[in-house]
Amino acid sequence: MAEATLDQGDLMRTADGTPLKISIARAMRRNKLKALALIAPLFVFILFSFLIPIIDMSLRSVDNSVIPDVLPNTVAALADWDGEGLPPEEAFAALAADMKAGRESRDIGKVATRLNYELSGMRGTVMGTARRIASVDEGPYQEALIKANKDWSDPATWKLLKRLSSPYTMGYYLNAVDMRFDVDGNIEAQPDFRQIYVDLFLRTFWMSILITGLTILLGYPIAHLMATLPLRYSNLLMILVLLPFWTSLLVRTTAWIVMLQSEGVLNDLLVWVGVFSDDARPQLVYNKIGTIVAMTHILLPFMVLPLYSVMKTIPPSYMRAARSLGANQFTAFVRIYMPQTLSGIGAGSILVFILAIGYYITPALVGGTSGTLISNQIAYHMQQSLNWGLAAALGVILLATVIALYFLYNRIVGVDKMKLG
Amino acid sequence: MNSGQEDFIVQFVGVQKSYDGETLVVKDLNLNVQRGEFLTMLGPSGSGKTTVLMMLAGFEVPTHGEILLNGQPINNVPPHKRGIGMVFQNYALFPHMTIAENLAFPLQVRRMGKAEAEEKVNRALSMVRLDGFGNRRPAQLSGGQQQRVAVARALVFEPELVLMDEPLGALDKNLREEMQFEIKHIHDSLGVSVVYVTHDQSEALTMSNRIAVFDDGVIQQLATPPTLYEEPENAFVAAFIGENNRLTGRITGTNGNSCTVELDSGGTVEALAVNIAGQGEKTTLSLRPERVLINPPQDKYPNTFEAKVEELIYLGDHIRTRINFAGNDQFVVKVPNAQGHAIIDEGGSVRVGWAMEDCRALDAS
Amino acid sequence: MKNTLRYTTVGLAGAVTMAFAFSAQAVELGVVSWGGAYTASQLKAYHQPYMKANSDVTLNSIDYSGGLAEVRAQSEAGNVTWDLVDVVVSDAIRGCDEGLFMEIDHDEMLAKAPDGTPPSKDFLEGTLSDCFIPQIIYSTAFAYRTDAFKGEQPKTMADVFNLEKFPGKRTLQRAPINNLEWALIADGVPAKDVYEVLDTPEGVDRAFAKLDTIKDEVIWWTEGAVPAQLLADGEVVFGTGYNGRLFSAIEEEKQPLAIIWDGQVLDIDGWAIPSGGKHKDEVLEFVKFATDTQRLADQAKYISYGPARNSSLPLVGKHAELGIDMAPHMPTKYADQGFLTDFQWWADNRDELNERFEAWLQQ
Repeated sequence: MAEATLDQGDLMRTADGTPLKISIARAMRRNKLKALALIAPLFVFILFSFLIPIIDMSLRSVDNSVIPDVLPNTVAALADWDGEGLPPEEAFAALAADMKAGRESRDIGKVATRLNYELSGMRGTVMGTARRIASVDEGPYQEALIKANKDWSDPATWKLLKRLSSPYTMGYYLNAVDMRFDVDGNIEAQPDFRQIYVDLFLRTFWMSILITGLTILLGYPIAHLMATLPLRYSNLLMILVLLPFWTSLLVRTTAWIVMLQSEGVLNDLLVWVGVFSDDARPQLVYNKIGTIVAMTHILLPFMVLPLYSVMKTIPPSYMRAARSLGANQFTAFVRIYMPQTLSGIGAGSILVFILAIGYYITPALVGGTSGTLISNQIAYHMQQSLNWGLAAALGVILLATVIALYFLYNRIVGVDKMKLG
Repeated sequence: MNSGQEDFIVQFVGVQKSYDGETLVVKDLNLNVQRGEFLTMLGPSGSGKTTVLMMLAGFEVPTHGEILLNGQPINNVPPHKRGIGMVFQNYALFPHMTIAENLAFPLQVRRMGKAEAEEKVNRALSMVRLDGFGNRRPAQLSGGQQQRVAVARALVFEPELVLMDEPLGALDKNLREEMQFEIKHIHDSLGVSVVYVTHDQSEALTMSNRIAVFDDGVIQQLATPPTLYEEPENAFVAAFIGENNRLTGRITGTNGNSCTVELDSGGTVEALAVNIAGQGEKTTLSLRPERVLINPPQDKYPNTFEAKVEELIYLGDHIRTRINFAGNDQFVVKVPNAQGHAIIDEGGSVRVGWAMEDCRALDAS
Repeated sequence: MKNTLRYTTVGLAGAVTMAFAFSAQAVELGVVSWGGAYTASQLKAYHQPYMKANSDVTLNSIDYSGGLAEVRAQSEAGNVTWDLVDVVVSDAIRGCDEGLFMEIDHDEMLAKAPDGTPPSKDFLEGTLSDCFIPQIIYSTAFAYRTDAFKGEQPKTMADVFNLEKFPGKRTLQRAPINNLEWALIADGVPAKDVYEVLDTPEGVDRAFAKLDTIKDEVIWWTEGAVPAQLLADGEVVFGTGYNGRLFSAIEEEKQPLAIIWDGQVLDIDGWAIPSGGKHKDEVLEFVKFATDTQRLADQAKYISYGPARNSSLPLVGKHAELGIDMAPHMPTKYADQGFLTDFQWWADNRDELNERFEAWLQQ
């Protein structure tokens, strides 16, 4: 033991000769394990309830496995096809075989749905063909398929199949930005009458920015009042601010409809006061105004609370110091008070903005045509059209934007400065 | 500085202040601050001293009465137009600005040119010995450095009057003493008037030209430090300033400026009649521990007593001796650790005595 | 990729299902429907009599808001907890295509009519499809406020699109389905030719052009309860709605409304059985009971939707609470004024037309 110690020079050792570093690591390991055990339940919960579903959903935005899975022979047969004219008879035979098998396994409908996303009418083509080809047992299949549906005589149909042979696709993302593949696989813009998503993204962003701005404008004075009033009154104000949280989102939104509709409370009041005549009532709901008003109200607490928590930490002596140094009320406020609340504004803004771009119930109810957001389209594709690939692509774009904004915020303001209340 | 008593920079005339409409925090304040003076308002918390300062700064409005600055009433002048510098308890340095920006702030709002402002900032920094710290943030400085910046900022725009609200409260003892001298030197060299609020009597004694002792919204005594210490006018001031042996009793007779007091615990003491109600009334006697002598020369003092020694605490320069005198076992005597001082044994008996003038008969409190 | 989701959900749900499997000897079936008055009518007409007769079966009524999203999610997770789902026919067909629903042999699995007619002949023509067991015929039609117009009242689809004669706001569903058909009918296309015209690009253009004429006066709804509310509040003078909801607004809430049967779009609602469920036999037993002639006629006592069997029609009686004769409120009575929606055509064209419709809304 003594020799070993000499060999390793001046390495520090504990009394029993174990190197000091190893001893420390051993002692620390136990603490680390304890800490890990404490966070493990949350980690597992987040992993299964949040991370895996999100990753799974995101992968759907590029997933095209249904075509190679259900039509393996067709995909193989089309691999060598040069795309000129109609493919050879083997491809027709392969498709017929795949369709029979697909009809048997009841997977052909998925192919029909997938192809219909790319080209309207393909669903009927595939389902009809599959039904008719079931009774055809021998070739030539080219004739049989074309007889079943004349679309198979169109090279464009086959080009579409060949293009979708890969298990991955960019199609959903293209669709999500109002683009598409043309017949030859080149990327082109959707025709004007089908372009909706880019406009909706832009609208979602600018309306979220507007709503964030409005919550700052409305929330700042309230938060300031709460931070400066005596506890008795500030508690009352706090309850008033939190009150909306105690009622369901649907009730709050419906209440706004009652308030804003053309026969509603506000309009009645405006007509009674004489601002508008009875037959010229302004449309305040089922449009942008409705969405902005209702969402600003609903999201206001998310701005007020971080602002309040920051403002509460600013002692009144700063304002007094500024005034004693010769600044009037306004200058003292703008130069001394406001800069110190920036972290609260930042935290509130990022919170409100992220919530706003994902909102969908409220815009769906009060937004009419001009006040609905991208999330309403995502919900539509999740629940109604079942085009989960497109929903996932739209969602991933939204998520990526939020993450980008978060990093931007971190760069400019610093997340460590964020106070949430 | 003009000569003559009449050059007041600040005058409080019959000022009253109430927050709730039921109790007065400041009761009928009449106080004149002389130009160039360092005046300290000393008192326990809740005594109204800070309220007075806030009214002077303009952050509180007097409920009644008038405040004059340079002879002009300022009740309706907003704080930023009063031109009074102020140092706050927790410095109130703006955390989002550098030190230089903090110092430049009062100059900027006065629309001073950039070059001139920069020069003044640099001068102020070197006045508080912080040259080269201009680019730091307040959070990067120590407590003492922050304190010096706060002082510099209150002075950089050259006000005639500076208010300081317990500015040294957050510092540890050594630093506090160092800063006391520093502030005192700045006051002396600039000739600026200072109104200073503290609850720390040694701080007040060290720094002030005059001290106003506050209690219960009223100035109990306004005097120079030596007068305040040696000639307290009432029991509160005697107890609040310095250490004090307190004996209660009843006046049995008066003779010129002296009186005879019969102690509640038994025994009779001759005392200086300062603030007494009259024969037969109660009084509080105040006696500084260092004015009590051990084994005084025979018959030199009218007051000599036998006492039992309860406890001795060795403090280096003096020995703090707690004795039981006439049933009062908290009676303290400071025995100087001088050449040939008396040797006292714990539990033993000792003779103590003091001069009649050192024992002041005050109000009953 | 799909497997990851499956394993996680199976893992989480496994324990829960096991607990159920062991605790109950009797079978519990999850029966999913639309909620509200509609589910209530089903409970009274189907569930309660069935549970009375079969004490070992418990039917758990679950509400949903339509669509195949949950069914597909359960299927992908390999953990099908919904045993029976009330779906519109278009969803049944799409679910069937995707293999989400079990195929039904109607004559084999369902009850014959009292006179022995096999189900495939007894159910209304054109309502059967592979995975779908029809239950009711409902319609989407326009209603108008009877106090909105003096003199002549609107009667036809053309009147609905006539802003000069009948001014005021209208509320329509925010979807191309039905609206395009109505636009063509208002533009003079006979109901039977609507899908033929719509199948051409010019026909779609024509439908959108007609919708353009009223676009500025339309409030678009997405939630089924909204149009009746808007009509009741006087926010709109015309509104589309399911005839059952309109019935309850008119007869139960006594709103000043009337239905325009002209151009009504008939649609079929019925049962579909998610494939992969654990109680296939018990579910089929219940479905056989719930879709027999008498049961379908019974449901009309509680809600104004028409039974999907011919043999049930004569048995439709009075409303259980209001005492109103229900036969005049059956949309099937006015079938000749409307048309049956073409599920296959919409299944093919819905995606594209939805995008086009949304884009058109934004213009």
